[in-house]
Amino acid sequence: MTEIIVVTSGKGGVGKTTTSASLSCGLARKGKKVAVIDFDIGLRNLDLIMGCERRVVFDFVNVIQGDCTLKQALIKDKRLETLYVLAASQTRDKDALTTEGVRKVLDELIADGFDYILCDSPAGIEKGAHLAMYFADRAVVVVNPEVSSVRDSDRILGLLASKTERAEKGNGGVKEHLLLTRYSPRRVAAGEMLSVADVKEILGLDVIGVIPESTDVLTASNAGTPVILNEDSDVSEAYTDAVERLLGTELPLRFVDEQKKGFFARMFGG
Amino acid sequence: MGLMALFRRTPPSATVAKERLRIIVAQERSSRGGPDYLPMLRREIMEVIRKYVKVEPDAVKVHVEREKGHDVLELSVSLPGKGG
Repeated sequence: MTEIIVVTSGKGGVGKTTTSASLSCGLARKGKKVAVIDFDIGLRNLDLIMGCERRVVFDFVNVIQGDCTLKQALIKDKRLETLYVLAASQTRDKDALTTEGVRKVLDELIADGFDYILCDSPAGIEKGAHLAMYFADRAVVVVNPEVSSVRDSDRILGLLASKTERAEKGNGGVKEHLLLTRYSPRRVAAGEMLSVADVKEILGLDVIGVIPESTDVLTASNAGTPVILNEDSDVSEAYTDAVERLLGTELPLRFVDEQKKGFFARMFGG
Repeated sequence: MGLMALFRRTPPSATVAKERLRIIVAQERSSRGGPDYLPMLRREIMEVIRKYVKVEPDAVKVHVEREKGHDVLELSVSLPGKGG
């Protein structure tokens, strides 16, 4: 059984690609066969975050247009045996992606026995975003605890409930989850940032992960190593928890409360 | 929140954010799923009514109700009272 998961948000820059990269690594690390697809046609970036940018020969649109086989375009990850990346095309032709083309590629991945297909959606609500969510079974809606991101997420939830194959066919709809990124427990405690509970209440969805604000995310993208693989980072642990929850394990949320510094840490800035 | 919070007159910014979001999200959800021409339709109806009666900008409410097999377009216009 293959599960197709779209990672989406509406708003740009909230951490969709970071999340796609880390969730796919996390699932592959659990032994699942995973393909992660960049739907941001014209603005390819997942390859950089995954650290395979120099190994892109063929892309998503090449497969759709029959320039190569799917096997030729899938980039096998060098760290994880069962992980494959399909890069976005750099074409400026917005019509390069078609519903039937995407369906064909997904069907082939399903026939190949992939357990999970992650669709990294572009920002906005244009064609790329629409096609990234269209065939999804589940959606991870990435949201920052900030007004514009929350509002855009609600807009995306509306689209998930109407403009997907599952919604159109009426077979249960897409299962939706929230994933909060750039969360600062300190600012929440100071009343300067929306809390997990606030966002959950406004959007009315379950939270599958809360990723703390951290400099580790930039460091990881600089290196082309998905941040989940940086073992001694809170961000890595938070993403690892999110993967467990995706797989159905119930875990309490971590990194949501302010860490009180001890006396020595305060004195010496530890 | 430190001791200063006790003396603060304005509510914390996160509370303001939550309140604003609650209102806008509810408003946008209520118009979701309706046809795209709804806002335009509302504006034009508004203009026609204003030719004859002086009404407030928010006096015209247009709403689409989904029912089995068909949609119902609901229009409600609140006219100013006799004294007003």
